[in-house]
Amino acid sequence: MGITVGMSAHSAPAGFWRRLFLSPNGVVGLMIVLGLIFCAIFAEILAPHNPAKMGTGGRFLPPSGDFPLGTDEFGRDMLSRILYGSRITLLIGAVAVGISMTVGMLVGMLAAFHRGWLEMILMRSTDVLFSFTETLIALSFVAVLGPSLQNAVIAVGVAGIPFYARTCYSAALVETSKPYFEASISAGAGPGRLLFFHLMPNVLPTMIVVATLGVSTAILAAAGLSFLGLGAQPPTSEWGYMLAGSRDYINRAPWLMTIPGLAIAITVLGFNLLGDGLRTSLDPVERK
Amino acid sequence: MSTPLLSVRGLSIALGADARPASLVQDVSFDVSSGQILSIVGESGSGKSMTAKAIMGLLPPKASASGTAMFRGQNLLAKNATQPRGTGIGLIFQEPMTALTPVLTIGSQLTEAMVFHGLANTSAAHRRAAEMLDRVGIPNPAQRMRQYPHELSGGMRQRVMIAMMMLLEPDILIADEPTTALDVTVQAQILDLLREIVFDTKIGLILITHDMGVVAEMASDVIVMKAGKLVEAGSVQQIFHAPNAEYTRALLDAVPSIETAHPASPSTESTVILSARNLHKTFRGQRGLGLVGPKTKALDDVSLDIRHGETLALVGESGSGKSTLGRVFLRLTEADQGSVELENIDLLALTGSQLRLTRRKIQMIFQDPYASLDPRQSVGAAIAEPIIIQGSVTKSDRRETVDALLTRVGLTPEMATRFPHEFSGGQRQRIAIARAIAAAPDLIIADEPTSALDVSIQAQILDLLADLKQEKRLTMLFISHDLAVVRQVADRVAVMRQGRILELGPVDDVWSAPRHPYTKALIEAAPVPDPLRKRGLRTPLSGRFATGKLTEAAPGHWVAL
Repeated sequence: MGITVGMSAHSAPAGFWRRLFLSPNGVVGLMIVLGLIFCAIFAEILAPHNPAKMGTGGRFLPPSGDFPLGTDEFGRDMLSRILYGSRITLLIGAVAVGISMTVGMLVGMLAAFHRGWLEMILMRSTDVLFSFTETLIALSFVAVLGPSLQNAVIAVGVAGIPFYARTCYSAALVETSKPYFEASISAGAGPGRLLFFHLMPNVLPTMIVVATLGVSTAILAAAGLSFLGLGAQPPTSEWGYMLAGSRDYINRAPWLMTIPGLAIAITVLGFNLLGDGLRTSLDPVERK
Repeated sequence: MSTPLLSVRGLSIALGADARPASLVQDVSFDVSSGQILSIVGESGSGKSMTAKAIMGLLPPKASASGTAMFRGQNLLAKNATQPRGTGIGLIFQEPMTALTPVLTIGSQLTEAMVFHGLANTSAAHRRAAEMLDRVGIPNPAQRMRQYPHELSGGMRQRVMIAMMMLLEPDILIADEPTTALDVTVQAQILDLLREIVFDTKIGLILITHDMGVVAEMASDVIVMKAGKLVEAGSVQQIFHAPNAEYTRALLDAVPSIETAHPASPSTESTVILSARNLHKTFRGQRGLGLVGPKTKALDDVSLDIRHGETLALVGESGSGKSTLGRVFLRLTEADQGSVELENIDLLALTGSQLRLTRRKIQMIFQDPYASLDPRQSVGAAIAEPIIIQGSVTKSDRRETVDALLTRVGLTPEMATRFPHEFSGGQRQRIAIARAIAAAPDLIIADEPTSALDVSIQAQILDLLADLKQEKRLTMLFISHDLAVVRQVADRVAVMRQGRILELGPVDDVWSAPRHPYTKALIEAAPVPDPLRKRGLRTPLSGRFATGKLTEAAPGHWVAL
């Protein structure tokens, strides 16, 4: 520990990784998510064709040796599009959840810490936002900002804030009422120290679990916006957009719809399983 | 003595079916006869509750019991034994709230078991339930039977539990820490009731407890357990007056008694360090839509001086406002009215950084050692926190200071890098004490610092506090419900009830010659760890006591009559 007693103090609870690997959900989830990250990073190497190049093969080719997942209405290779799409999907998940979680955590922690008028304002505004469905908030945001992938991600992020704020608020309320928190107050700790040194590390495990589960919600929401034509614009390979574009060919080329749909479903499943595994391995009550 | 009702021979309990099962209880034998009160004593982890669970057939699935427990001609530990739960052996738990179903009325819970066991039809069951409630001292039984568990107090609920068990006419009653969750005056009433029932109905009672005072008051025979083994068995007189085992002696020595006089003479008149005047605090129930819930007066015109170098104890039952007072001093709870001065600084008027600077002159030691340390902060960091905030020690000396503090409270410097969950309850409380003295406070508030600990650990912690007090000239406000502990540590004592101080004075004076009827009732209710001092039935504690102005009845001894 050396000189900086009290600086290197925080760490994951002991045995965290062992517990994660002992939960089958966590292992499967982690494998799916890692696989997804692998695809995203090495999309250039893995993809057999240029995802945006039209007429790579014929139009509406069913899955075959050359085109393992077939081709779309412009003759683009579906496998390449799906692989490149994983980049965007992961980015959407990470950025949108990043926005929701950062703002939501700050709001929740401040409200729980500063009981009184600030709590009132923050949590009642959260309640107001909560009373609209997420999709509606995201839609109105995109309507104002204009349809683009970037705006769709921001919209999904903002729409998620109330949920994270609520969750963080209730977790933080529990922590602030514990004796260790009061001991710190009586030791003369200032708001900064209390918020970021004591409160944040103790709500973070909860929030990480919520965020992992939230990634899947965010991906679905963004896919929904793209499906409505408010998110990714052509020729971007985004799964939700691909799903939307294939609607007209559902009878002629069912794989155009099935494949992006499956990709979304597997990704969501992966993050959900990982979140479940994290929940059991981070929660001291469930440890055994 | 006639043939025993229950005869346990060579009871062993092991956990896990693997090649190396962990042994929880080893080779325990005892008998329970009609009209006998057998007490099983031990500290946490001694296997006393496990023993009871094995008899009841309530062991967790992974545990297995061997040996014999003969009851009504059959071995209860055999695989195919029909469990005599309820009709043969009744069980009373520590926490009566969780033992009763919250969604059913008292009446339906009382009659259900009788009907289920075929002891009575519905109307007869109803009548007998009402009679039994009356028998266990619940006023208005007919009305109570229509109420739900949450509408009754803890003591009432425990009476209902006892009534529920007695309705099934068991031969043996097992009471697992039946009064641990109750206030001392309520505890006395429940113990009286249990004794009466055993005397009247000639059942056998197995009383599981960690409280030697309760044992001395109740038991005819005692078995002492430690780490799953039977240490000593004997009559209550033999155990208390001629214990054979070293452990029994140590256990008895660790028990503080309300009768032992305070060793140090109360510190003579010294300067006042903290002075509280006319404090008021009312808690209001949940406010919703502008509605104000029921009010509870936690502090009602409380005035108090704490003098330099003394230990002032604050005694009272739950809800007396004693913890609220401590929290008001720290500004963790804001008072409605009144003033608190710490060395001539008006504490209640401070704000912002001024408040932070002054507040750390008061440090608190909390009751729950598991919640009072940040689970994600190393022990060294926790102790260093007040030092870092104060900036009183240079960075390079910080580690040495932390090491010295850890050593001082009986731990080792290597422990600084570990996290709270790696420590036992007693060790955590030592860490909390080290953190409190690290701030070099003027006043330490100890809020029930030992009530979550085993009696031997409690003795160690109290010794540590006494040593530190001597060494560092600490001033301490010691909040407790345990009159015996207070007698041991305090110089002066203030007795609180319903937000008011009823009596205040030197602890030896107050305990040996209480002047307020409530103080008398409290002291009478406290169990004394001496079987020869068993008392008869006590005068019941009625709800109303004089709460006049505090007047000085003798020098330094104030009473509100």
